[in-house]
Amino acid sequence: MVSSGEWSAVDILEQHLAAIEAGDGAVHAFNLVTADLAREQAVEVDRKVAAGEDPGLLAGVPVALKDNLCTRGVPTTCSSRILEGWRPPYDATVVTRLREAGAVMVGKTNMDEFAMGSSTETSAFGPTRNPHDTSRVPGGSSGGSAAAVAAGFAPLALGSDTGGSIRQPAALCGVVGMKPTYGTVSRYGLVAFASSLDQIGPLATSVADAALLFDVIGGNDLLDSTSLHRPTPRALAVLDDGVDGLTVGVLSEFLDGAAPDVVARVHQAAEALAGAGARVEEVSVPEVAFGLSAYYLIAPGEASSNLARYDGVRYGLRVDAEDVAAMNTATRSAGFGAEVKRRIMLGTYVLSAGYMDAYYNQALRVRTRIIEGFTRAYHHCDVLLGPTAPTTAFALGAKVDDPLTMYLSDVCTIPSNLAGHPAISVPFGTGDDGLPVGVQLLGPALSEGTVLKVAAVVEAAAPPLAAPVLVEGTPT
Amino acid sequence: MKPGWEMVIGLEVHCELKTATKLFCGCPNMFGDEANTNVCPVCLGLPGSLPVLNQKAVELAMAIGTALNCEILPSTFHRKNYFYPDQAKDYQISQYDEPINVNGHLDLPDGSRVGIERAHMEEDTGKTSHAGSSGRIHGSDYSLVDYNRSGVPLVEIVSAPDMRSSAQARAYAGELRAVLVASGASDGKMEEGSMRVDANVSVRRSVDDPFGTRCEIKNLNSVRSLGRAIEYEADRQIALIEAGEVVVQQTRHWDEDAGRTVTLRSKEDAYDYRYFLEPDLVPLVPDAEWIDAVADTLGMMPAVRRARLVRLLEESGGASESQLDQVATVVDLRLDDLVVSAVAGGVSSGLALARTANEAANDADAARRLDPAAYLALLTMEAAGTVSATQAKAVLADLLVRGGGDPAAMAKAKGFEAMSEDSLASTVAEVVVAHPDEWGRYCEGGEKGDKLAGFFTGLVMKATRGQANGKAVATELQRLRGG
Amino acid sequence: MAEPGRLTREDVAHVAALARLHLSDAELDLFTGQLAEVLDHASDVASLDLAGVAPTAHAMAVTNVLRPDEVRPGLDRDEVLGQAPSVEDHRFRVPRIPGEAP
Ligand SMILES: [Mg+2]
Ligand SMILES: [Zn+2]
Repeated sequence: MVSSGEWSAVDILEQHLAAIEAGDGAVHAFNLVTADLAREQAVEVDRKVAAGEDPGLLAGVPVALKDNLCTRGVPTTCSSRILEGWRPPYDATVVTRLREAGAVMVGKTNMDEFAMGSSTETSAFGPTRNPHDTSRVPGGSSGGSAAAVAAGFAPLALGSDTGGSIRQPAALCGVVGMKPTYGTVSRYGLVAFASSLDQIGPLATSVADAALLFDVIGGNDLLDSTSLHRPTPRALAVLDDGVDGLTVGVLSEFLDGAAPDVVARVHQAAEALAGAGARVEEVSVPEVAFGLSAYYLIAPGEASSNLARYDGVRYGLRVDAEDVAAMNTATRSAGFGAEVKRRIMLGTYVLSAGYMDAYYNQALRVRTRIIEGFTRAYHHCDVLLGPTAPTTAFALGAKVDDPLTMYLSDVCTIPSNLAGHPAISVPFGTGDDGLPVGVQLLGPALSEGTVLKVAAVVEAAAPPLAAPVLVEGTPT
Repeated sequence: MKPGWEMVIGLEVHCELKTATKLFCGCPNMFGDEANTNVCPVCLGLPGSLPVLNQKAVELAMAIGTALNCEILPSTFHRKNYFYPDQAKDYQISQYDEPINVNGHLDLPDGSRVGIERAHMEEDTGKTSHAGSSGRIHGSDYSLVDYNRSGVPLVEIVSAPDMRSSAQARAYAGELRAVLVASGASDGKMEEGSMRVDANVSVRRSVDDPFGTRCEIKNLNSVRSLGRAIEYEADRQIALIEAGEVVVQQTRHWDEDAGRTVTLRSKEDAYDYRYFLEPDLVPLVPDAEWIDAVADTLGMMPAVRRARLVRLLEESGGASESQLDQVATVVDLRLDDLVVSAVAGGVSSGLALARTANEAANDADAARRLDPAAYLALLTMEAAGTVSATQAKAVLADLLVRGGGDPAAMAKAKGFEAMSEDSLASTVAEVVVAHPDEWGRYCEGGEKGDKLAGFFTGLVMKATRGQANGKAVATELQRLRGG
Repeated sequence: MAEPGRLTREDVAHVAALARLHLSDAELDLFTGQLAEVLDHASDVASLDLAGVAPTAHAMAVTNVLRPDEVRPGLDRDEVLGQAPSVEDHRFRVPRIPGEAP
């Protein structure tokens, strides 16, 4: 629209800034709205269009960034006191790619502290609320990004997904969210939670938009050793190919613990795919049942090491004390919230002398088994289908005091992270409470093209979802 | 070392690799720059930064492994977790249970062999300086951290506990240093910290006894302090055992000024490093082709270079004790190629070795750049008596400054022309006539008399201001004596 | 494989110290209960017989990722030090260090 000169980037930006102004008081999707920077970027896009230069694939499109993506000179907090006020001296690779594509970055979105959570309630700056029902959580940890897209504050957002942190909030907020294959999107500049599981991905209002954003941010990066060299095919190009001849496996283990209204929507999506020409069958991958346990040993283990650097020496918070060890302890005790402390201690424990093999290494062996289980399923299935989350959005505060119950909300999303495989959540109607349900499509490594084209068919068949109403009388 | 006891020593040597950049980022690997000027998100451990392995560092590590006769294996990196302010990420990336080099050995000049258990890659820390009164860590009010050294590539070389004396440990450190320099991997400067040695020391009464409890000694800043610290520590342990006490496994600090080791921490305070595989790096799997290519770039190792010079000496009659020292010096300074090329050009090995070890060695950096052809030409002139030894040394000094040139022209410009036989003979005669008593005794011969040849030669040299050829003077003196 | 025993308050105090976290008595009690519950849940994994199964640390099998030994521009010192809580003489200032590095 912008590149064709139909709309100016500045006009589009101002509409979105107005929506944020009107609605974010109720939602709290943003930690920071970077209106001035966004205006500079929008003006630059309009200049390029006027000058006949190529303004980029995302010219003038407002994008919200999860607040764990480093943005040069712009505070990046991970929703933690320990990083409050830190201005990274560099841009994450995905941010550089967005800039080059002409995107307009509207702000940094709220999240669970250091991405540790499933409800965006562990943020040090207060929770984000679900735009469809502000008494409910938006999911997490990319709750701010999902809510921003759902509320119409930005058509696109980036999140990060370590155990479901893009897909689960996308499901709860009624938007599309994808975790790409591990290594397809550079992690350089993504503040690490669990390095072997973290992956950046798109949140969008449609599958096509998610595919476009993935195309822009993906591809090899020399600054990330785990970045893949295999060229990712343009996901956008295959979106309309349909599902004729594909086999879709409905993953029975994912249905087991899910609420009946959610299960009903998954079956409805399966029927739609069958109607569109796919072969649909039930599949079992028993190994995924161990995913949650393995995840809660591996992710905290890595996190305990990744978060050691917040010691009060080089950046961020410092609480002074008489010697350096006491200063480290005072700083970390004041700067981290309870959930982060829990995970650091859990991770420290599972890596410590005497427990390493029984817990951490054992979890890595389970990971091997999970990959083997998926590989078996993908011998005869092209993609797997299941719910994204076991329930629709739950009430704020419902699970904060019960970590294990909170962890269980990621039971369907975690296996893809352990395997490194792509998975996408697509809105598919509502549950009995009228809140959005997301269905999830999983594929083998580097099958983004297949997963996205199946998602496009599911999306086309999905019952319509009412737009959230944040300000009386003005549906967004 | 007290009689009736034996010491058992193993050394851990950290050496900084001579790369242009750090191990995991593109910051300059530079010693002595202004604080915190060679830093980036990676080596500062900024949130979101990721390490990417330096290919040259890997190749230098493989070069060290090859030079130390190690097996070069597929390897991985781990995180070693501990809090310390000079550690930017509060963990060190280091190779742990799958190091790149294992099972090698190093042969020492005395013929003994020391096993190399492993030689693995890891990153260096930043540098802490201590403010306040003492300038030392204890008693300082606060500290200041500079991260220029953070992430500099290191190879840690762990020997087997194969050494049995402080002299052998010093020889190992010296030989290892020479090997690191010869392989091009490191400059081996202990004073600048580019080579750092820790010693594990224990004692036992008999070779048949099991190893005793060991202590690790840190802060050894020279080969000399390495020897002193080992001697002190062995004596300390023996005294403890003889007094009926036990040696407690601990890490000790060498206090150079006090000449003793002091406790740093005991085994009970051992850190729980929680090693786990570094998820931000992928395995390193060098293929045979790559390993061979690195081996092909390796020059000759010091032991081979020394043997080459000794062979040259033996071909012309054998090597004296002092010549063996000269061989060691010349190889250590990597000047042996000068000697070899001079001998190949017809100069005697004794002369070539002596000039190189004594004069060229005074400015080894310049000597390594010296044109070997010019050096050969100069030594040929000296051997032929065209210039005297004194004159040859003066010309060599000029050659070193200029890096080469025509020594004949330089000698001429200095007025160094060989004296005619007539003028030499008349000078000798004048000196003889002026000292009749000494001449008489010289003519009597015998051990005492013959010694006076040096007396007369010195006088002739003085009279000719060094222009006379020493050999020619000796011949003339003998001729006058009539024998 | 032997299962480790149930997590104790002392275990939590020990790992908190390793992780440089200070916990109040109330926090110690709360966290001990919560973490023990998570570890109990993980006992399904700890008790699996997986002898002979290779651990997977990286989901995608990639090897030999290297960069050339070429200098890249670093960061401006003032920008870096501007983020630090305390600076002196162009260095990061920290309180007294009680012991030497391990
Ligand atoms: Mg080491
Ligand atoms: Zn750097």
